Amino acid sequence: MQIDLRTVAIEPQRQAFDHLVRSFGNKPASRYQEGSYDIQAAENLHYKPTWDPEQDLYDETITRVVMHDWYALKDPRQFYYSTYTLARARQQETAEANFSFVETRALADMLPPELRAVALAVLVPLRHAAWGANQHNAFICGYGFGTAFTQPCMYHAMDNLGIAQYLSRLGLLLGDTAALDAGKRAWLDDAAWQPLRRYVEDCLVVRDPFELFVAQNLVVDGLLYPLVYERIVDAHLSSRGGSAVAMLCQFMNDWFDETRKWVDAVLKVAAAESEHNRAVLAAWVRDWSGRAASALLPVVELALGPQADEAVAEYVAALSARIVKAGIPA
Amino acid sequence: MDMKVSKKKLGLKERYRLMTRDLGWDTTYQPKDKVLPYVGYEGIKIHDWDKWEDPFRLTMDSYWKYQAEKERKFYAIIDAHAQNNGHLNLTDARYLSALKIFLQAISPGEYAAHKGFARVGREFPGVGTQVACQMQAIDEIRHAQTQIHAMSNYNRYYNGFHAFADQRDRIWYTSVARSFFDDAMSAGPFEFMIAIGFSFEYVLTNLLFVPFMSGAAYNGDMATVTFGFSAQSDEARHMTLGLECIKFMLEQDPANVPIVQGWIDKWFWRGFRVLGLVSTMMDYMLPKRVMSWREAWNIYGVENGGALFKDLARYGITPPKGWDDAEKGIDHMSHQFMLGLYQWSFGTAFHSWIPSDEDMAWLSAKYPDTFDKHYRPRWNHIRKLAAAGTPFKNYGLAKLCQTCQLPTVFTEPDDPTLTCHRETTYKGEKYHFCSDGCQHIFDNEPEKYIQAWLPMPQLFQDPIKGDLGEWMKWVSLIDGKDNGDYAGSEDQQHFEAWRGLATTNQ
Ligand SMILES: [Fe+2]
Ligand SMILES: [Fe+2]
Repeated sequence: MQIDLRTVAIEPQRQAFDHLVRSFGNKPASRYQEGSYDIQAAENLHYKPTWDPEQDLYDETITRVVMHDWYALKDPRQFYYSTYTLARARQQETAEANFSFVETRALADMLPPELRAVALAVLVPLRHAAWGANQHNAFICGYGFGTAFTQPCMYHAMDNLGIAQYLSRLGLLLGDTAALDAGKRAWLDDAAWQPLRRYVEDCLVVRDPFELFVAQNLVVDGLLYPLVYERIVDAHLSSRGGSAVAMLCQFMNDWFDETRKWVDAVLKVAAAESEHNRAVLAAWVRDWSGRAASALLPVVELALGPQADEAVAEYVAALSARIVKAGIPA
Repeated sequence: MDMKVSKKKLGLKERYRLMTRDLGWDTTYQPKDKVLPYVGYEGIKIHDWDKWEDPFRLTMDSYWKYQAEKERKFYAIIDAHAQNNGHLNLTDARYLSALKIFLQAISPGEYAAHKGFARVGREFPGVGTQVACQMQAIDEIRHAQTQIHAMSNYNRYYNGFHAFADQRDRIWYTSVARSFFDDAMSAGPFEFMIAIGFSFEYVLTNLLFVPFMSGAAYNGDMATVTFGFSAQSDEARHMTLGLECIKFMLEQDPANVPIVQGWIDKWFWRGFRVLGLVSTMMDYMLPKRVMSWREAWNIYGVENGGALFKDLARYGITPPKGWDDAEKGIDHMSHQFMLGLYQWSFGTAFHSWIPSDEDMAWLSAKYPDTFDKHYRPRWNHIRKLAAAGTPFKNYGLAKLCQTCQLPTVFTEPDDPTLTCHRETTYKGEKYHFCSDGCQHIFDNEPEKYIQAWLPMPQLFQDPIKGDLGEWMKWVSLIDGKDNGDYAGSEDQQHFEAWRGLATTNQ
């Protein structure tokens, strides 16, 4: 029997799950809320980790940042798996179209050789830096506390991997596997890349998830993305006939614009929480931002030569303003 | 001028290598053991991470594309299901008990798997391994979320769903699944892979998801069918990852074999005990049944598991130690557990019920050697008590097993008339177990299992209504709505009334 169930008007017995009613009031909850709040086990954890019996399985004290409620660190994009995936699927379509536009018109072959050389020298080794970023965000997701804070870090980690893969494709398109090999050698041995590689490796031994968040997502990315993709790729290369490279990097530009809003929102809430947090965050920013700026300088020099100093200084100032705006004292 | 450089045509495998493992490097500014501090202490020896065979080759662009396609379909269907009162298509609201257990006990496990895979996705040295684990990490949060989203609409109309987050941490029966996942997450990265990649994905997923999703289809639950099908291609990836991981460990060093065997023994039994819940869902809680727990076991346990262990035999791996005991328990476990649930139904956030004549006829046909002999008489007795207005309630909870956390309701493998009970004294303290399997697990790692949180045994044993009331408040259980017999419950009344509205002219 086919019955038309739509015609039945019945009163719901309740609006939302209890934990969401407690947090947001007695009204229907959004899918972001359902998929993010209180879904990490909170009480009566059974065993201490054998890999570190000092810790709890989910442990808010492994970071120096203290939050009364870790779920306050919400994502302004309200990304849960579905909205995240749909957003990236659209972006990858654009990226795919851009790659095939460049490929089918052989635009890569028309690049002036000196621009191609700069693009390869700057962008290809960055695939390793992006892999480092992936490691850090996987770590923050794995060991951080509270789904609101940790879930976007998993998405971020997968984005970092995606970017490493787009950079690899760019290298293959502009220069074949030899370009990837050369980029890796540069990353491992060239003086210009060693400060940045050291920065990434030093982050690999930081086991405070929030400090990693600051060192990677705020500080180094906060300088690297605008310097490389805005200043070098969009401004420097495009104005000299290298807009094909800019097309291949559109994903990274759009991605940075989107994700920095989330990073800022997280920091703003964490900083607003307490004097203690502001002091901790400010100390991390101090520790890492000087290093990040000097690590990026030789990389920027590969493209901008003597103008690199000025460019780095300009973006360091912009980042500082961004950090102050997030409520972290200089 | 032709500036085209001729490009090497890259094979798929080589291209994927460039997109993944070529991204990594050996650190020189920081020592390896500080970068990857947890990879050695379990004693697994890996000589060459490059020998890792990628179980699937998926770059992020294709991942986003395929997954988004599935997401679009999934949410379109559950939106329609919610808008059109799809819940009234259920065979019967009794079916919802299985879903309530799922949301309270299994979906949190998806989340735990998500966290655990994020951790091993960082802790393993090989990039290929890390990427595969990270993809599972993001898939698993998908599963947790799609399950919550699919069941959200049921929560608006039916009891027992509303406090799943509280009950995940506090109510007694969810700690069976919670302790399983906490156990896996507190283990080292390699054992975690055996626990989740083998026990959860291989032993549990087949036995849990396949019969469960067909059960959903049989009982008109489109929401659950949809998340089940939507997760299927993810699960296929997860199973190949689990298998590759086992093989990789076994191939790398012969000294790994006994360690892996020990984990297989442990996690088979751990998984099998969690399946106690599933057997009951299948045999008792589906108004329209797909197959019996015994039949599912024969296909997914005996056949598939048999094939797996035949495959692993060349490494010197033997079937799990508890295999024979498991086989002996198959025809008993669902009955023993449902009898337990019924008598403790005042303390469950789902309903149980006395099987009808028709149900019992089905059970006796599916379990010709055990049901009529051992379990029908008990149900008949319980039915008499209910008819006399003195329903059978057991306010004293049986001892919980220190390892698996189930009440010790199971019988001796070779004597179904004798309850199985084991004890170990450790550091002057006595610990209780439901089986040899659980006792062995404890004896191998007593320092771990003495930490187990046993859910409120004292308060629960206490028949004083006041304390029980406090306990119910603490576990967010609404007495008279969420718990007890399905017969006469609000869920039953509502479902019948709402269905009546749809099928009559009133
Ligand atoms: Fe899953
Ligand atoms: Fe047990």
